[in-house]
Amino acid sequence: MFVAALLAILLTMGLALARALTGPTTYDRIAAVNMFGTKTVLLIAVLAFFSGRSDLLDIALVYALINFIGVIAALKLVTQGNFHSSDGDESEAKQGESK
Amino acid sequence: MIIDILSWICLVAGGALGIVGGIGIHRFPDFYSRLHAAGITDTFCATLILLGLGLQAGWSIAAFKLALIFMFLFFTSPTASHALANAALHSGLQPRLDGDEREGSS
Amino acid sequence: MKSFNFGVLLFLCWIFLSGHLEPLLLGLGVASVALTVFLSRRMNVIDHESYPLHLSSRFPGFFLYLFREIVKANIDVAKRILRWRGASVSPQMIQIPQSQETNLGAVIYANSITLTPGTVTISLSKDSLTVHALSKEAAGKLATGAMSKEISNRVFDQ
Repeated sequence: MFVAALLAILLTMGLALARALTGPTTYDRIAAVNMFGTKTVLLIAVLAFFSGRSDLLDIALVYALINFIGVIAALKLVTQGNFHSSDGDESEAKQGESK
Repeated sequence: MIIDILSWICLVAGGALGIVGGIGIHRFPDFYSRLHAAGITDTFCATLILLGLGLQAGWSIAAFKLALIFMFLFFTSPTASHALANAALHSGLQPRLDGDEREGSS
Repeated sequence: MKSFNFGVLLFLCWIFLSGHLEPLLLGLGVASVALTVFLSRRMNVIDHESYPLHLSSRFPGFFLYLFREIVKANIDVAKRILRWRGASVSPQMIQIPQSQETNLGAVIYANSITLTPGTVTISLSKDSLTVHALSKEAAGKLATGAMSKEISNRVFDQ
């Protein structure tokens, strides 16, 4: 029965990946990658029970945290174009100047 | 035995909801409505699958870890959705509102 | 005192997550908890808000309410996705008043709205929320302010 859940999650991941590849805007892609990451956490959790190795749950736990931070960091990079300016207004002003 | 059946139902329902969400992000017309479809898979699908696994685990450390994963997902997924929507709106991506609705093109 | 409570909480987390009770692993746990508490003090993140002890005892009730709402909204959105002739959506962008007094209440309100599929909080200010809703019904339900009332009633003691 775990196999059914694994296959369903893999199919969802495939659909999310397709959206990430085709998505018209950057935000579509980031949303799809976020969803992909959430599914990965679930996949690892189901895999832990499927293979009977409960250590994998720790990996799922860590992946849940890293996924969130990764998405936020990617979002910051996309909206600001850099990591060095700490607040958004400054970089928006800069972008305004360059236009 | 009953617990086994319950957890299977949870796992299968969770997987099915995940696929529904996956179809949703292809059928909905614009970015903001796709965010709602992704929201399905982030909340209820994850809840059901983790609940199904938790029923298999019983009272053990594994169940505690599953609860912790559930809590992280529950707190971080709305934050990520909000950050995405907020950033998209600030960058000038306009949502397609009711007036100019077109049938499920994607 | 707060740092001490924080440390104890972290150490309990360590024990429950590792599940081993050997002296070596407990010692490593104490060391990493001490490091974390030190870093948290330096970053000044141990404050009143990270201790939700002032929340009401009816908080679990709010979770049940939120969970029911999430389930209902999930079924609604899933139906909309699977409708045969094109996904039937009528996206709305609405402004609703933000009636929570405290920052924590406002954050709980905005997060609850985002957690319910079909509605996403786009921006949040002192007195209003901008919400993108998937359908007229979801937007109308939100505009009644029932969820905000639930939060006021169940999360905080008056």
